[in-house]
Amino acid sequence: MARTLSESATLAVATPLRRRRRDWSGTLAHAILIVSVAVLAFPLYYALVISTQTVAQATSLPPTLLPSTAVVDNYAAAWRKAAMGRLLLNSAVMALGIAVGKISISLLSAFAIVYFNFRGKQFVFWMIFVTLMLPVPVRIVSTYEVISVLGWVNTYWGLTVPLMASATGTFLFRQFFQTIPDSLAEAAQLDGAGPMRFLWSFLLPLSRANMAALFVILFVYGWNEYLWPLMVTTTAEMRTAVVGLEALVPRGGSELPEWNVIMAAAMMVLLPPVAIIVLMQRWFVKGLVETEK
Amino acid sequence: MKRTVFRNRWLPYALVAPQVAITLVFFFWPAFESLRLSLYRASPFGDRLIFVGLGNFHRLFGDAAYLRSALASVVFSFVVTFVGLALALLLASLANAKIRGLGLYRSLLLWPYGIAPAIAGILWLFIFHPSYGILPYLLSFVTTYQFNWFLKGWVAMALIIVAAVYKQFGYNLAFYLAGLQAIETSVMEAASVDGAGAIRRFFAITFPLLSPVTFFLFTLNMTFSFFDTFGIVHAVTQGGPGDATSLLVYKAWKDGFEGLQLGFSAAQSVVLMAVVILLTAFQFRYAEKKVTY
Repeated sequence: MARTLSESATLAVATPLRRRRRDWSGTLAHAILIVSVAVLAFPLYYALVISTQTVAQATSLPPTLLPSTAVVDNYAAAWRKAAMGRLLLNSAVMALGIAVGKISISLLSAFAIVYFNFRGKQFVFWMIFVTLMLPVPVRIVSTYEVISVLGWVNTYWGLTVPLMASATGTFLFRQFFQTIPDSLAEAAQLDGAGPMRFLWSFLLPLSRANMAALFVILFVYGWNEYLWPLMVTTTAEMRTAVVGLEALVPRGGSELPEWNVIMAAAMMVLLPPVAIIVLMQRWFVKGLVETEK
Repeated sequence: MKRTVFRNRWLPYALVAPQVAITLVFFFWPAFESLRLSLYRASPFGDRLIFVGLGNFHRLFGDAAYLRSALASVVFSFVVTFVGLALALLLASLANAKIRGLGLYRSLLLWPYGIAPAIAGILWLFIFHPSYGILPYLLSFVTTYQFNWFLKGWVAMALIIVAAVYKQFGYNLAFYLAGLQAIETSVMEAASVDGAGAIRRFFAITFPLLSPVTFFLFTLNMTFSFFDTFGIVHAVTQGGPGDATSLLVYKAWKDGFEGLQLGFSAAQSVVLMAVVILLTAFQFRYAEKKVTY
């Protein structure tokens, strides 16, 4: 009894104290988050500033952290020097091709696995599962062989089709379909809807959120993929933007250190995936969580 | 298990056909080809393959360069994962308060995920640049030590670690913040009343309750740092100086594509395959059981 009393007494005294401490912790929280955000933004800001400077400004010490006037020159030079139009087009084809292709293919296979009983279903499911363990890096040389046997080196087919299948998309849709009540399919069947009708008119509209989530993840993945385009393309015209950017980095001592031009090119290359994440943030977070399950 | 199933003899096969075809041609075929190639060696003129049994593996594990690469990869992945997670968890715990604008902070933390690893590497390459970079410049006021990643292996390693952590850090932090917000304040207050200090509270309550988030981020970061950082190495250090940053995936690619040692590279792919299988097994073994949800 005495203990309870003293405890409640402590509580009574502690309450105003704690409130004051919580205000302080709110300030600390804001301070920490603002510093984190600023530290994350700094490399991008720095690169952006460099992309507006002349070579002399960009390579002088102490570094200038303020924008200058060479914006148009640098971005035009980057566009010309790297054939940026073509590179960005290739990246867009690759990112969109993978995103749309993978969503379609995994939607279909998940539909088959959830809504049909067929011989070999377990085997198909197991096969799809095993692809989780075979990412690009574990089949480096042999993949190139396969692509060249097919004659797909330096083609958009080679850049997109092989990356359209994987377990994540199928698992995501499978999980989602399993949460849809059976009564929906029963009602559709009573109304005389066949399986494809059911997929198109019922499942597809219901899957929109999952498709959007998967789209963001896959677009970013396709745009930023590096090893694959490096392997299956050998000509400058078929390179993707991220791989093409590497060619601009000055390696030898004799090259002009045009860091302003590289940074201008880097800005153009990183903008699309970053913009998609910012604009479709809700779907991005959903996608991140769902595809890792 | 769905009770409602559609009946159709051939439709389910047609639906899974695209995924199965791509999986067979681009996952299974190259994987078996890797396994097969790993048992062969190209003849001196590269015109035929000579069966060497486990010779490539024998050579691999006796090869000092390969063992250095393996060590570098392990160090890289663990440092990227642990530094990334520990720092994010520390900051998130300090910043855990009911504050306004959390949605805005989340946006400002998540966007770097969209930057390709190679581009994150190039941004940091310039910051670390021995002649023009801001970091060596600032450090030169403190010490006369030359932080030149062109010459010093550990500085190059630090550079790619920083670039990799940078890309992951924002969403690590965002996920920890979200996880912390979900912990009932009453639990913390009860512990507080019981006399548990901040550190005790962290280890007794916060950390165990956050274990699902930690597990999710751990697998994500390990997979990322082991398999998706090829772009950073290729675009920034190219494995150098010497072979200080020649991580396993980069080495497998370089030995296969530049060194044209197909069998030797395939053997490295097979070892990587074993690593992925272990990581996947770990993920599935512990995902359901050991972690508090």
